[in-house]
Amino acid sequence: MDLSYSPEYEAFRDEVRAFTREFGDRAPPAGDMREWQNLLIARGYAARTIPKEYGGFGAAPDVLKSRIVAEEFIAAGLPMGMSGQGISMLVPTLLEVGSEEQKRKYIAPTLRGEIVWCQGYSEPGAGSDLAALTTRATEEGDDFIINGQKIWTSTAAQADMMFCLVRTEPDKPKHEGISYILFSMKTPGIEVRPLVTMTGRAEFNEVFFTDVRVPKSGVVAGRGQGWMVANATLKHERGMLGDPNQAGTRLKAIVDLMREETVDGVRLMDNPVLRDRLLKLQARAHAMEFHGLRLLTSRLKGEDPGVAGLIVKLMGCELNHQLAAFAIDALGELGVLYGGSQHSRNNGNWQWNYMFDLGLIIGGGTAQIQKNIIAERGLGMPREPKPAKA
Amino acid sequence: MEFGLTPDQKMMQESIGRTLERVCPLERVRKTTDGTARDVLTAIAELGVTGMLIPEEFGGLGLQLLDAALAAEMLGRHVAPVPFVASSVMAPLALLGAGSEAQKRAYLPKLASGEATAGVAISEHASGARDKAGISARAGKLSGKSLFVLDFAGAEFFIVADNFGALHIVDADAKGLERTAFTTIDVTRAIGELSFDTVDAEPLSSGNPQATLERLIDAGRIMLAADTLGAGGRMIEKAVDYAKQRKQFGRVIGSFQAVKHMCAEMVAELEPCRALIWYAAYAFDAFPDQARRMAVHAKAHTAEVGTFVARTATEVHGGMGFTDLLGLHYWFKRIGFDRQALGGPEKVRHDAAVAQGWIGN
Repeated sequence: MDLSYSPEYEAFRDEVRAFTREFGDRAPPAGDMREWQNLLIARGYAARTIPKEYGGFGAAPDVLKSRIVAEEFIAAGLPMGMSGQGISMLVPTLLEVGSEEQKRKYIAPTLRGEIVWCQGYSEPGAGSDLAALTTRATEEGDDFIINGQKIWTSTAAQADMMFCLVRTEPDKPKHEGISYILFSMKTPGIEVRPLVTMTGRAEFNEVFFTDVRVPKSGVVAGRGQGWMVANATLKHERGMLGDPNQAGTRLKAIVDLMREETVDGVRLMDNPVLRDRLLKLQARAHAMEFHGLRLLTSRLKGEDPGVAGLIVKLMGCELNHQLAAFAIDALGELGVLYGGSQHSRNNGNWQWNYMFDLGLIIGGGTAQIQKNIIAERGLGMPREPKPAKA
Repeated sequence: MEFGLTPDQKMMQESIGRTLERVCPLERVRKTTDGTARDVLTAIAELGVTGMLIPEEFGGLGLQLLDAALAAEMLGRHVAPVPFVASSVMAPLALLGAGSEAQKRAYLPKLASGEATAGVAISEHASGARDKAGISARAGKLSGKSLFVLDFAGAEFFIVADNFGALHIVDADAKGLERTAFTTIDVTRAIGELSFDTVDAEPLSSGNPQATLERLIDAGRIMLAADTLGAGGRMIEKAVDYAKQRKQFGRVIGSFQAVKHMCAEMVAELEPCRALIWYAAYAFDAFPDQARRMAVHAKAHTAEVGTFVARTATEVHGGMGFTDLLGLHYWFKRIGFDRQALGGPEKVRHDAAVAQGWIGN
């Protein structure tokens, strides 16, 4: 155990800190997000390890430096640049399995925020059982004709492009007949309908395809390889969910809230029941924070973290949700206010988080699917026997 | 930056585990009734476990609290009925923090070798005083009583905190000292009551005894957390193994989602405790300003998770888990002991709030 950083890393931290001090006022909300993004790429604080020829900064992978960047930006309260699904999921996927042409065409403009992507995976009949998807793509010359429906598509209304899973070989076993394809959202026959959730906002959409003609050249890694490609992407998605930094930020906000807010003139912090709940959550947040450091070290050494690596999504998403739930309880009746009431705290964001986090617990593999993964892959427990064919 | 164990630490932990596997199987544990298995103690003393925190000049290994936590995890894993938390961790820290050179020379070598063990009577400061317990010191003599004295059985001497948090050494055979062993749920650990009637005591008065007392409590709490980590980890393994073998409705129960989810929840809860305990133990030596906050969180959180694991692992075993035949209850009770000793979760979390200045003392 050695939690100190070598002089090289300390120097790097100083450099990042100097940047956040000098340029912090150019960050959104004051500055423009795209300009901020380009500045970050130029300095290597975004797209850090993506090769220069694809529009990245081209630094060697160094998870410690990435962590230092994250720590310093969080400490300075600055956004880490753009974080859409194109950047976080499509770009790593293309880097891993895309053709040279696809990499050159899409990665740089995606990084710069010029192409906004949405992800076409889930369908009404294919959620946890994603491979059961039925959106069909039939061949016609150099094109595919797509028919079907996607759901839970975030940013579909703003997106320029979609990375989408479609069934190209209906006769093959369900995992083998799927292709991963990129196409423009402006293609005729695509209809986007906002899907209003319990938060009152439309964070997701339904997308309907009626005879949508898209070029075959958009297929990534070859026809029928879609399941393999999707798994490459999902790995990146699960890596993102349950971020311990977010729990730390939320916890700090709740501590401040409880020290400032009073009921009948008594600080919330002096209510022993609320305080005990806060402390329970603080311990969990610390445990997940250090757990993250442990996994980071495993990655640095190229070791397989085993079951420890499989629990982050489950535990991290649950913790974030519990933090929001607790903040609402601490607020008491104020906790029912939503949006712009003069009495509302933090603009009703705790309430929004509380509801939206439930979506995150379900999305990216439900908590129950995560538990199956932990039990089967982590503990070597047997799979559920397949039901006999009717 | 490296958050993990060194190859030496991994090797040491494995070797303690292997030794305990050999000398301390469940059949051996079953034969103990007073928390002291002399043969097991001798075996781990040979590996240096009893002298881990004691400097080499006094016959120990001169290691740090994280190393002791790794040993504690193994002792919990094997429900080893030996003195450790008080005798090998808290008492040495008391002597090192507040003892004179002569006291260190007199007591540390025999603790290091395992030739003698020590009990620690500080429960009133860690958990609060019950049944009018408390020790007054007057003219070098102690009066009063202390409850829940750790590593009580067979101790040659005791480290005792008086009402003001000053520390004393008391010989187990001192005149006026009455010892009453407690019967507890956990037969692998020995606690009891010391009753003092103007008993001769040697003060530990070098350095800062009150600050040393705080350190003892932090260290003890981290050890109990590590013990629970080991015991809980073993219970999960036993539950998973059982679920892979036991058949009901024509298939192994481990293929049922309900059972798989119980096992997944246990491991998902327990695994982050490992990083929390490592950090708390490391901070004890490296970041003293965080030591108290981390020790209390490690103790309280692991206690909560441990209780969940103890219960759930027993349930996975079905009715057999409830019997004495499997002996699963030894781990269940060990976790129960760890939870209450040196402060239950609510008390310990209160200390965390104080340590962070959220509330007054």
